[in-house]
Amino acid sequence: MTMDHLKYQVLEMLKNDCRTSLEDMAVMLGVSTQNIASMVDEMEKEQIILRYSPVVNWDKTDRQFVEAMIEVKVTPQKEKGFDAIAKRIYQYNEVKSVFLMSGTYDLLILAEAPTLKELALFVSEKLSVMETVTGTSTSFVLKRYKQDGVIFDTPSEDQRLVVSP
Amino acid sequence: MSERFVNPRIAAIPPSGIRKFFNLAGTIKNAISLGIGEPDFVTPYHIRETMIDSLLNGETQYTENRGMLSLRKEIARYLEDRHNVKYNPETDIVVTIGASEAIDIVLRATLREGDEVLLPDPGYVSYKPCVEMCGGVGIPVKTYAEDAFQITGQALEEKITPRTRALILSYPNNPTGAILEDEYLRQVADVAIRHDLLVICDEIYNELVYDGLRQTSLASLQGMWERTVTINGFSKAFAMTGHRIGYFCAPQPIADAALKIHQYTILCAGRSAQAAAIHALKTGRENGYEDVIQMRESYNRRRRLMHHAFNDMGLTCFEPRGAFYAFPCIQYTGLDSETFCARLLNEQAVVCIPGNAFGESGEGFIRCCYATDQEKMLEAFKRMRAFLATLREE
Repeated sequence: MTMDHLKYQVLEMLKNDCRTSLEDMAVMLGVSTQNIASMVDEMEKEQIILRYSPVVNWDKTDRQFVEAMIEVKVTPQKEKGFDAIAKRIYQYNEVKSVFLMSGTYDLLILAEAPTLKELALFVSEKLSVMETVTGTSTSFVLKRYKQDGVIFDTPSEDQRLVVSP
Repeated sequence: MSERFVNPRIAAIPPSGIRKFFNLAGTIKNAISLGIGEPDFVTPYHIRETMIDSLLNGETQYTENRGMLSLRKEIARYLEDRHNVKYNPETDIVVTIGASEAIDIVLRATLREGDEVLLPDPGYVSYKPCVEMCGGVGIPVKTYAEDAFQITGQALEEKITPRTRALILSYPNNPTGAILEDEYLRQVADVAIRHDLLVICDEIYNELVYDGLRQTSLASLQGMWERTVTINGFSKAFAMTGHRIGYFCAPQPIADAALKIHQYTILCAGRSAQAAAIHALKTGRENGYEDVIQMRESYNRRRRLMHHAFNDMGLTCFEPRGAFYAFPCIQYTGLDSETFCARLLNEQAVVCIPGNAFGESGEGFIRCCYATDQEKMLEAFKRMRAFLATLREE
């Protein structure tokens, strides 16, 4: 197994369940725990691994909030391109994700606020008024079916017989 | 009352030992099953999509008895590319309802009343009954953990009689997870040639071999093609168990004979399953068997986890090298396999299969499947440790 391949396997396992212990990962990949520990450590330092966080289905909680996908058209700035404006945008707490996109608009924002009104205010008073922003189009998220490879519908039961040949 | 209508030959065949456990396991709440014998992946989506398309296109008719030629061509190409055996898709390949049908019809096409068939023991539960259902006699040939559950030429020789007609070889092996190294494979071939035996080679797990090892196909050995039937299918490699699609390849006279049975009893394998199988092989060929490799890597990680856990809890476990089973030894507990499994189920709600379900030499072992969710597997190990602790206190 090459180093890279091993790294990918570690990342895949952590992505799947970041609580998998270093010991179990070491056993499963046939290398020493020390080896895995230093690999993970290194990937944290190199910021390949940024955070270990759960995928949460908020719909199953009482938490009230609204989410929207906001398509933003901007005028890129000389020498800074889109990075400077993206940086200004991503610092707002309402903003959960920002992507630079190809196609008819430039930035895609996933924003979140406790109420519709607050989210509307974010768009109209913070986002739209930025000098380089030339247009926005806001779509509210109605339901989340799948995120980060995780399906949010009730997971289907193991369909296999309990015992089989 | 109606027992008199049952064929005594069928009545004499005991029900599967696995089945017995199935009924028992159904009554226990929150049981974790390590007793399953199939992938824990669903069929890759693109393969399922092909089946849907096939149905939408109205492909709902019978196919040729042998199976669609395009499928047989893909099978021939796959076996030549990946397993170094050459079969003519026009004459040597028959598509069946899973590898199980292939085992049945090949035996029926070749065995005569009283013929003896050598069977590696422990081995898959169907071979002996299938042999007996067509009037043959299954002769177990014991394999041992010390030999990594490989069958030796010597062990075969000892069981040869004038009635010996065939041998069923199944490596990677269910339940032991053993593969048969080339050295031993050659020994088997030499015995087969010396005694003019037919070898029915069940290679259903041949894509699931780990750590860069390979299982050589017996038919690729010199002098073996003409006396080998190669059986395989899509269940294990492509996670397609429920589609029931497999095949066998054999020299034309044998293929034609088994085809007769298939013609009169089955007609043909299901058409949408055949469409799925074509797609599975074709995309596999084009993308380097991406799905197969991904599933194999996932099994491999869990294989290591299970093997390590058993040895760590004191159940000596031979390192499985193929399929998706571990076969740890439970002899030190002093319990026989059935008692061990029944108590483990009742006391800790973990399902394992007693080794003796796979033949006499499986006694003292249990079969555990690592095609099981990692978290559930870890929980099962915890429960097994607790069970072993209870046993120690007794």
